[in-house]
Amino acid sequence: MENAPLLEMMNINKEFPGVKALDNAQIILKKGTVHALMGENGAGKSTLMKCLFGVYKEDSGEIKINGTEARFDNPKQALDNGVAMVHQELNQVLRRSVMENMWLGKFPKNKGLVDHKKMYDETKKVFEQLNININPKAVIGTLSVSERQMVEIAKAVSYNAKILVLDEPTSSLTREEVKHLFYIINKLRDDGVGMIYISHKMEEILEISDEVTIMRDGQWVATRDAQSLTTDEIIKLMVGRDLTNRFPPKTNTPKEVLLEVNHLTGKYMPSCIDVSFELKKGEILGVAGLVGSRRTELLETIFGIAGHSDGVIKLHGKEVDNKNSRAAIRNGFALLTEERRATGIIPLQSITFNSVLANISSYTNKGLLSNKKMDRDTKWVVDSMKVKTPSTKTYIKSLSGGNQQKVIIGRWLLTEPEVLLLDEPTRGIDVGAKYEIYQLIIDLAKKDKGVIVVSSEMPELIGICDRILVMSNGRVAGILDMKEDFKGQEQEEIMTLAAKYI
Amino acid sequence: MEKKKAIDSKKAGEFLLNYALYIILGLLILVVIIIEPKFLSAANFIKILTQASTRGILALGVAGMIVLAGTDLSAGRILGCCAAVSASLVQSITYASRMYPGITKDLPLILPLMVSIVIGILFCALNGFGVAKLNLHAFIVSLGTQLIAYGFTCIYIDSQAGGAQAISTFNQKFLNAVNGSFNIFGFKLPYLICYFAIASIIMWVVWNKTTLGKNMFAIGGNKEAAAVSGVNITRNIMGIYIIAGVLYGIAAFLEAGRIQSVNTSTGLNYDLDAISGCVIGGVSFSGGVGTIPGVIIGVVILQVINYSLNFLGVNPYLQYIIKGIIIIIAVSIDVRKYLSKK
Repeated sequence: MENAPLLEMMNINKEFPGVKALDNAQIILKKGTVHALMGENGAGKSTLMKCLFGVYKEDSGEIKINGTEARFDNPKQALDNGVAMVHQELNQVLRRSVMENMWLGKFPKNKGLVDHKKMYDETKKVFEQLNININPKAVIGTLSVSERQMVEIAKAVSYNAKILVLDEPTSSLTREEVKHLFYIINKLRDDGVGMIYISHKMEEILEISDEVTIMRDGQWVATRDAQSLTTDEIIKLMVGRDLTNRFPPKTNTPKEVLLEVNHLTGKYMPSCIDVSFELKKGEILGVAGLVGSRRTELLETIFGIAGHSDGVIKLHGKEVDNKNSRAAIRNGFALLTEERRATGIIPLQSITFNSVLANISSYTNKGLLSNKKMDRDTKWVVDSMKVKTPSTKTYIKSLSGGNQQKVIIGRWLLTEPEVLLLDEPTRGIDVGAKYEIYQLIIDLAKKDKGVIVVSSEMPELIGICDRILVMSNGRVAGILDMKEDFKGQEQEEIMTLAAKYI
Repeated sequence: MEKKKAIDSKKAGEFLLNYALYIILGLLILVVIIIEPKFLSAANFIKILTQASTRGILALGVAGMIVLAGTDLSAGRILGCCAAVSASLVQSITYASRMYPGITKDLPLILPLMVSIVIGILFCALNGFGVAKLNLHAFIVSLGTQLIAYGFTCIYIDSQAGGAQAISTFNQKFLNAVNGSFNIFGFKLPYLICYFAIASIIMWVVWNKTTLGKNMFAIGGNKEAAAVSGVNITRNIMGIYIIAGVLYGIAAFLEAGRIQSVNTSTGLNYDLDAISGCVIGGVSFSGGVGTIPGVIIGVVILQVINYSLNFLGVNPYLQYIIKGIIIIIAVSIDVRKYLSKK
């Protein structure tokens, strides 16, 4: 089995209720190479990796390491067998030291006690090997995200990983830091480590990887030599589908200016820096950018959840002071948060309670809440948003993601906002329901609301927005007017802008 | 120049925050001394430390649970139960209405101590099982455990031939072991303080030098990260609870000797005192943060408040109010270290 590839995942199938997440997916990783895994969000990249690490169990297919069948029950087992992953969201114990995080789960011991000296020396050794300059005794929460990322990679190295999966490792790194990361990757490659590199950044992929596998809708599309590929080709392979029917017809027309944001800068970094733009009545403005481009921070700053150190927000030409969310709501703003489960729904409460929550004080009658008023408005939410639910008393938790989202949008409409800030409104929602949400957004614009949509799915922004503001590292990299003819190159334009300040 | 000033004041601010506990303790003592200069005497400080000892040992156990992002409401009642049983085993053999008239010779002290520790471990293992295996919040499971422990205590004390009376009149050997003191050139250092010091040192080693301790911080700080790194969550949580059980057992044994009479209300609210001590000492309720010196300082601050308010002759009802205010102020200053700004 000398010539068997390091890792072989063939014909992997995985079905979740109602969705075929993986459909004959495959990847073949050779020793001492960097293999880029690409695809849009939802293409099945992370599902495939979760099958490798035993987080999910595939329905069918085979996984081989060095030619022999390998199946792990959990990430720990994978780790023990030299398969490690650097997660995009860093799993670290923030208040403990760098070296403790490195050695968690396998502390070196001497006579039953943890051997701090050995821990320090070994950490130092790995760091030196990788040319990382971080104090092993520093508390990890005080480090920058890039330093934490380096520690995470060093941790994987300390396990003597033969296979290393890097999930969007550069999403929050500067150009210099990326260079250092690539230095480390090259070093590991020379040592014979096989790496799967998940990223959306085209130039980086072409620079660092040997091979590229592209996935779409859970299927394997192509595996090519990185040298023979261009950015254009990758995008074509990634998107490569009929986009015409994914979006409802755009029937809204932007009118006069509604909202002006001038030189807005967040108070505590990382946040938005010197952001200026206008939003018109009846307009849908998209906000695009890479992970870590601080799009959510921009919305939070406009909405007053996060403070700003500089800048002015004007509504109808008059300055408004959103000093907290209550003031923002009073001023006619509404924010649909990114994490529906964490900050949107109150899971074990009824549709009614979830609908009226943002507006609750207006349902009182002589100081007590009036069921009649609340039921009337809930009925309006359910009817106008077309929420599919057995009753308004149902726990919102038992609805599908799309229907939950409709209730939350309805909640905000009850506050009669003029400006709607929607943060990833279709995340975790199946394709059919997405269409309905798009329709809702367009209908809102038709009713002369101003809508700002943050999304990581570029086709979605291109499909429903009038203009797209591209953020890069907290700054506005450019605003694209979708009426212009980009000859199908919109995604590329956006991606180029998104990397502008990195 | 302006900038340098800003940096200096920021540094000063950080210093104040980092040493807030010590500053608070110092200020407290200073204020009391200003009001009543007589307070400043070695005897007073020895008394404060002696009184803090048993509760301090209890708090060392509770602290581990708080670091695990839990808590323990049952510590006081468990202490009560352990104290009742161990007290009944050290009663003077000349005391006619002792619980076990069959005991005609003083038992070796290690026996009641061991019994006390085993009872402590059993109750804490119940708590640990609830948290680690049944996935209950520590608040809930210990809420149940404290009732169970109290029930057992009452049944035990009520089972005496003479009915429900306090268990008292202990043999001299026991009283000496608890309340005696080293005599160093005329200076008396109570054993209790030494026991507390030894327990503190051992716990410091457990927290900082053993895998169990490191894992405790990891589980409390980010359970997910610990699990992904291959830490056995259940086993480590159980370990911390069992250690707490040992500490409760020791604290109970010593407390019985210190107060020299155990009844059904022994241990009442000790858990809350222990928790207060921990949080004053910077053990965070959100988990993953805390130090042994912090716990000690916290417990001592609480005792200084208790003792000095009595010393100054403050109205006991007013004492509650003052204590409550000081706890809130101390913790709200300490918590500032970790707030993230938005």
